[in-house]
Amino acid sequence: MKIHEYQAKELLKKFGVALPAGRVASTVSEAKSTAEEIGLPVVVKAQIHAGGRGKGGGIKVAKTSSEVESISKTILGMNLVTPQTGPEGKKVKKVLIEKATQIKKEFYLGVVVDRAKSRFVMMASSEGGVEIEEVAARSPEKIFKTWVDPTVGLQGFQTRQLAFQLGLQGDAIKKFGNLALALYRFCVGSDASLVEINPMVLTQDGDLLALDCKVNLDDNALFRHPDLAKLLDPDEEDPNELEAKEHGLNYISLNGNIGCLVNGAGLAMATMDIIKLAGGEPCNFLDVGGGASQESVTEAFKIILRNTKVKAIFVNIFGGILRCDILANGIVAAAKELGVKVPLVVRLLGTNVELGKEILKKSGLNIISEDDFAMAAKKVVEVAR
Amino acid sequence: MSIWIDKNTKVIVQGVTGQAGSFHAKACKEYGTQVVGGVTPGKGGQNSDSIPIFNTVQDAVKQTKANASVIFVPAPFAADAILEAAEAGIQLIVCITEGIPTLDMIQVKEALKGSNVRLIGPNCPGIITPEACKIGIMPGPIHKKGKIGVVSRSGTLTYEAVDQLTKKGLGQTTCIGIGGDPVNGTSFIDCLEAFEKDPETQAIVMIGEIGGTQEEEAAEFIQSNMKKKVAAFIAGMTAPEGKRMGHAGAIISGGKGTAKEKIAKLEKCGVVVSKSPATIAATISKLI
Repeated sequence: MKIHEYQAKELLKKFGVALPAGRVASTVSEAKSTAEEIGLPVVVKAQIHAGGRGKGGGIKVAKTSSEVESISKTILGMNLVTPQTGPEGKKVKKVLIEKATQIKKEFYLGVVVDRAKSRFVMMASSEGGVEIEEVAARSPEKIFKTWVDPTVGLQGFQTRQLAFQLGLQGDAIKKFGNLALALYRFCVGSDASLVEINPMVLTQDGDLLALDCKVNLDDNALFRHPDLAKLLDPDEEDPNELEAKEHGLNYISLNGNIGCLVNGAGLAMATMDIIKLAGGEPCNFLDVGGGASQESVTEAFKIILRNTKVKAIFVNIFGGILRCDILANGIVAAAKELGVKVPLVVRLLGTNVELGKEILKKSGLNIISEDDFAMAAKKVVEVAR
Repeated sequence: MSIWIDKNTKVIVQGVTGQAGSFHAKACKEYGTQVVGGVTPGKGGQNSDSIPIFNTVQDAVKQTKANASVIFVPAPFAADAILEAAEAGIQLIVCITEGIPTLDMIQVKEALKGSNVRLIGPNCPGIITPEACKIGIMPGPIHKKGKIGVVSRSGTLTYEAVDQLTKKGLGQTTCIGIGGDPVNGTSFIDCLEAFEKDPETQAIVMIGEIGGTQEEEAAEFIQSNMKKKVAAFIAGMTAPEGKRMGHAGAIISGGKGTAKEKIAKLEKCGVVVSKSPATIAATISKLI
C-alpha cells in the first residue's frame, strides 16, 4: 500500500527520523497560517502518490505569506501531471507546508526487501535527488549497500560504514547513524516493504534531514497495523480495484478491449499474454482466487462489464478448489442479473467440468465453449473485433 | 523415484479443522497420501474424518512418526506454525497459506538457516509425486506418473502445464509449486538441483513469472550445473509496471523483474522458452 509523503513523514517522526518542520494543509488559509507558524520561507508540496511532482509544478518555494497564498491557490485543486501520473494527471487535495532548508549536499537513503537474500538491505548513495534506478544504471559503484541480520537488527558499525562511504564527516556521521537506525526501526515496526529518502540532505547548518520520502507498506501485514490501514487514500486508488478487493478478487485495469476472468494469478497473467499473442489486447487482469463463490464471480462480471471498452470476455478456469459448477452458476447468475451483451468465450477444465459445461449449455446464453487454450484465445480475439 | 516425497512420506496437517485444512486433508488421503494426523490446538484427542487430531506438532510427531507437514493455518499465525513444525523435527514443511507478512518470512528463513528443514511455499499449491503422494491443494486426477519434473511459482498455471503434459502422454516425477511470495523457502535452484540428481527425471518444466530475480539465477544454474533439458514459460509479458499481479511477489518495480528480461536471460543460458502458455508441453516434448 502506498501512502502520502505527509503521512509517511508523520510516521517517520514518531520513530525519530530527523525532518524539516512541516504540516499538511487542505485549504489556502490553513496553508498560510501553517507557514506563518513554521516560519518563512517554506516549500509548498502537492500531496499525490506519484513521483516527479516538481517537474509538473507541484512543488514551489514561497518566501512571503502572500506567495504562500498564491502558490497554494494554484496547487490546491490543480490537476497535476507528472511523468508518473499519465496524461490524465491527478487532482491535488492537500499540500505539505515545510520549512525551506539551505542544502549543502544531497544523498539517497533507502531500505527495501532483498528478495534474493531474504533480508532488508539498506542502500545509500552520494547521488541524491535523482532516481536511484538511474544511478544504478549509470554508476552502480556509487550505491553502497548493507544487509541487515533480522535477529539483531541494523548495527552501528553498518551505519558508520555507510556514513564513511558517503563521505560524511564529524557530527554528520553520528547524525546519519541516528537517522539510519530510526529508519530501520520504522521499517520493522510498521512492516514497510520500501522506504526511500530521496533526497536526504546535509544542510548549511550541519543538520542531516529527510527532505522527501516514499513509503510502501506490506499489504499482508496491515492486519496488525489497523492505524496504518486507515492511511489508504481511496482517491489515489482505482475504484474498480478497491471494490474487487472487498469481494476477495484481484483486479487490475488495463487498456485493451477483452475482459478476462481467471482463477489463479499465474494463469490470469498467462491468459493476458495469450490474448496478446493472438493479436488482441486484454482490458484487465482478474484473479477470482481459489475460494471464489457464486457471488464473487457475479461481482467479478459486474466490475469487468463496467468498462465500456469491453467487446468480449474470456473466462479461463482451471478448477481445483474452485469447482467448475460453482463458476458456471456464477456466470449464469451474472448474465441474468446484468444482461451480458458481449460474447463470452469460456474454457473450463478440472474439478466438476462436465457439470459446469452442462449448466452453461442449459442456460441458453450466448457462450462459445472451447477447451483448447490457444483456440479459445483466437476465438475471443475474433469476436472482439 | 521422485524428489522429496514418495509413498512412505507421513504427513500431518496443521490447521486440520479449518475449512481448507479439513477439505484438503481428506483429498490428500483419498489420493493415497499417508495423512497420519492433524494439529489444532485445543482439539487434541478428537478426530477429523478419521484423522487423529493433536494439540501440538510435537505430540503429533511423537505419536505418528510424521516427517512432513502441510500448513493451512491463517496468515497471522502461519510463521508460528512453520517454526513449530521445524522445532518438532518435521523435515519437509509445505505452507499453503497466502498472505503471510514478508517480515515474518524473513524471520522464519533466518531461523531455519543451517537446519535440514525444507520449507516449500508459502502461498503455493504444494508438492505431488503422482500416484504416490500428494501434499497440497492441486487436483490429483490431472497428474500422471512419468519422467518430467515440474517446478513453478504459480498454482493454476502449474495445473495447466501438468494437464498439457499428461494429455501428451508425458507423466511427471514430482511437481512442486514454490509459491508466489517475495520471500519463500525452496527456490527454483533447489528444485532444479534435486531433479538433476533424480535418476527418474528426464527433463524439467520450469514456470516463472514477473518479479524478483529467481528465474535469472536459475538460468545461470542451468547453464553451469545441469545436463538435463529444461523448458520454461514466464508469465506476465503483458503485465504493467508497478502493479502487483495477484501474487505478492509478482511485481515489476523500477523497471526490474520483467518477463522480457527473464526470457532473454534464460535463452542466453540455453533454456528453451515457450512463448505461449498453450505450448509448454509441446516445447518440452521436442527436447526429449
